[in-house]
Amino acid sequence: MSTRLSSHARAVACGFALCAVSAGVGVRAGALAKATPRAMAEQIAVAPYAASARQAPDRSRPPVPGPVPSLTLPPIERRTLPNGLAVWLIERHDVPIVDVTVIIRAGADADPAGRDGLASFTAAMLDEGAGGRDAVALADAAARAGATITADATFDATTVHLHVLASRLDAALPILADEILRPGFAPDAIERVRQDRLTGLLQTRDNSAALAEAALSRFIFGAAHRYGTPIAGTRAATTAITAPDLRRFYGAHYRAGLATVLVAGDVTASTLVPELERAFGAWARGTAARSPAPAAPSRTSAPATRRIYLIDAPGASQSQIRMGAMGAARRAPDAAAIDVLNTILGGPFTSRLNQNLREAHGYAYRASSAFVMRRGAGPFEAGGAVKGDKTAEALGEFFKEIDRLHDAAVPAEELARARNMEALSFPAAFETTAGLSSQVAPLAIYDLPESRLRDYVASIEAVSADDVQAAARRYLDSSRFVTVVVGDLARIEAPIRAAHLGDVQVVTADDVLN
Amino acid sequence: MPKRWTLAAAAGVLAVAIVHAQSAPLVASLSVPYTRFTLPNGLTVILQEDHRVPQVAIDLAYHVGSARETPGHTGFAHLFEHLMFDGSAHVKKGEIDTLLNAAGGAAHAVTTEEETTYYEQVPSNALDLALFLESDRMQYLLDALTPAVVDAEREIVKNELQQSYLNAPYGKAYLRITELLYPPSHPYHWPVVGYIDDLSAATYADVVTFFKTYYTPSNATLVIAGDIEPADARRRVEHWFSDVTARPRPAPIVFPPVALTRVTRETLTDRVNLPRIFLCWPTPARFAPGDAALDVLAHVLADGKGSRLYKRLVYDDPLAQEVSASENPSPHGSIFLIDVTARPSSASPADVLARIVAAVDRELDALRTTPPTADELERARSGIETTFVDGMQTIAGKARQMNAYESLTGHPDYFAADLGRYEALQADDVRAALDQWLPRDRRVELSIVPEAK
Repeated sequence: MSTRLSSHARAVACGFALCAVSAGVGVRAGALAKATPRAMAEQIAVAPYAASARQAPDRSRPPVPGPVPSLTLPPIERRTLPNGLAVWLIERHDVPIVDVTVIIRAGADADPAGRDGLASFTAAMLDEGAGGRDAVALADAAARAGATITADATFDATTVHLHVLASRLDAALPILADEILRPGFAPDAIERVRQDRLTGLLQTRDNSAALAEAALSRFIFGAAHRYGTPIAGTRAATTAITAPDLRRFYGAHYRAGLATVLVAGDVTASTLVPELERAFGAWARGTAARSPAPAAPSRTSAPATRRIYLIDAPGASQSQIRMGAMGAARRAPDAAAIDVLNTILGGPFTSRLNQNLREAHGYAYRASSAFVMRRGAGPFEAGGAVKGDKTAEALGEFFKEIDRLHDAAVPAEELARARNMEALSFPAAFETTAGLSSQVAPLAIYDLPESRLRDYVASIEAVSADDVQAAARRYLDSSRFVTVVVGDLARIEAPIRAAHLGDVQVVTADDVLN
Repeated sequence: MPKRWTLAAAAGVLAVAIVHAQSAPLVASLSVPYTRFTLPNGLTVILQEDHRVPQVAIDLAYHVGSARETPGHTGFAHLFEHLMFDGSAHVKKGEIDTLLNAAGGAAHAVTTEEETTYYEQVPSNALDLALFLESDRMQYLLDALTPAVVDAEREIVKNELQQSYLNAPYGKAYLRITELLYPPSHPYHWPVVGYIDDLSAATYADVVTFFKTYYTPSNATLVIAGDIEPADARRRVEHWFSDVTARPRPAPIVFPPVALTRVTRETLTDRVNLPRIFLCWPTPARFAPGDAALDVLAHVLADGKGSRLYKRLVYDDPLAQEVSASENPSPHGSIFLIDVTARPSSASPADVLARIVAAVDRELDALRTTPPTADELERARSGIETTFVDGMQTIAGKARQMNAYESLTGHPDYFAADLGRYEALQADDVRAALDQWLPRDRRVELSIVPEAK
């Protein structure tokens, strides 16, 4: 149900595109936490006021938290079906829910030339008719089971996700299998989805945040690199994609030998494995190897000048700012340092960008940053929606904070706070079966060892000020940054030019979306 | 041993008429044991033990929101919410966030018509820290608050209004719908976020009066869910709130009745490519008779590709890009909303939207006379059941829900009774609710059309 009519949250984590990305920054994987009641009891015993609850509270200084609750790792049980399909099971019996995530290891980075958006188009076709049922019949069957089945392509992989009460898993699993093994690709369904996707691309132009992000990626990576165009592709490619294109992509990549089924929730291996064999046993193994990750452009190939691109949004009272450069890949050895770096710069409410742009200057409701990590190096991006008449000043403050982190060591207290923020909040990511799945899925998508999960907290706690400084030097050289501003150029262009922040150029939505 | 919330039905669970037999075990599993007590200063406290993760969710609701405002002073409750993060006598400005972040937690808040809720999730070793922060601002907020702080926060809230409404595609509709549905004297008439000019007019004296009147312990309810031992958590709450002084509870708000007498049509322009229509009706309050039936109706109309409006407008007669229907509940009246975004078309926006409204009305009229099928009811109910269990998966979600239940029903463990409302519904209840509450000749039709280029 929508709370849009009546709710006003202090934006901390959602409703803002950059924030949503930053939640996934770094290898956020680690141990499922379980505190033992005994450990808790010991903490209680040492509470300073335990002797008397009636004594007035000591407010002279904030209470210091006791020992951190201990953590244990959820075992991942691994099987392989005869057709090569990998099965990973994490049992959780404290909620009557099961999440099944089928990971197909091909995403938008496997799109052929001239067919940007094909992976995403293929995923969108799965529930448009499969196994002899049309789109409406499939949807009704899933609804009867109270199940949601969603297919989504990222740059790195395609995932098809089933969420259902454990008592109805047997009814939902065959629908999931139909969508993955037997999609219909009927001509009328393809045309319907094509129109839907073309309209969606048109709507991107209404959303200044989405437009600014697309533009930033285009100018960092270029039109020739897959990361330079949104996952959904372009209008021209969407128009050009044919039924044979879709079938070819499906045939090459939707294969049991390249896939993993990740199951988390209230189910046991002895009941699950036979059910999976019935549902997925007929899935062909396939022979194709996984496509290589897109090669990164050379880090030093970016012009050694700041480039600022302006896109007109006549009448807009706020300007959307995005700035950045090529960041890091998911498997980057300095992933933990990057995680801490971004927490300091633009992660939580207390981060430097938000404190400056929101709290100190009142230019924005929220300012943040994120490293978007993929198989190849994705973008680092910082930004926010700022007051139109303060756009030039706000740009200056973004650069100032980024340069400050680049040039000077982080004070010990700020570093400790950032490490704690990441490490101690980590158990919350495992609270739900869906959350647990989203922490474990990257192991399959990025071929990471389970130790990346197990050692996450330790790796964050080991990050030093020098590590943060090294990462800042590597990724936050603002003299090579690209900046995009979507706003009312009649009001903002002259002040931005007058501020001499970089080479300014006016472009259009067509320049960056086509 | 970790406690499971999927316990067998315990004594004390409210009796529910279970008609939907298949779901009886699910309803029975929704027993949520809790401890409730009231401090001498009037603060109501509810504790819920759940050790699945070593974290604690704190949910502190003050029973005040935009409905307490008056014309000319709108947006004040939400502005005040922001001020609660700017420090108190023993907490410097910014420290709420830095202290909680350093402990691995974070602070949030949300303002609605009748509640302002502050919530944190922290590792369970930091419960004292959260209680220290919440109790300090409940008692000592004004010791730290200055006119300069109010001015700074006012600018941030104006930025929020710009970003969330005035610069978001179709966002201005959400500022207008309540104005068109409720008469000017009704406390739901103005948007929760308020008007820019009113925000400019808010004074420091207003802030002081508001705090003294509404931020009293007797006007608040604290729910703590998660990795706690109730007796221990109770001692900690009693300790930290022991110096918060009792103040009188404010008198309840009087809500005038709401009844539309005609169709109100209005068209706004926005920087968008596609026209969108909003059809809106005032509907019964949350938990009042009709509320659950209308929620089910929303699923029948627009949840899934086989739903009536989605199938009609996206598949059979493809006029629309997006269709949604929702019952948006509030304590003293809900809003039923159908919104449809048109596909690109060579026809004028007005013509396209008129065709969409005609198609929606044909579908609504069909359901006015013939109830939804048993299968449609089953599909809606199955989805609601999954959503319901999902909401109980997180300690923060559970704490929020328990606080709402306590406020509206006096039963923090209303989970089974709440779901029972849906299980007890018959198909004809859905038809009757549509016929009674969504009349064709008394509603708001708000169109958003592209600005001329």
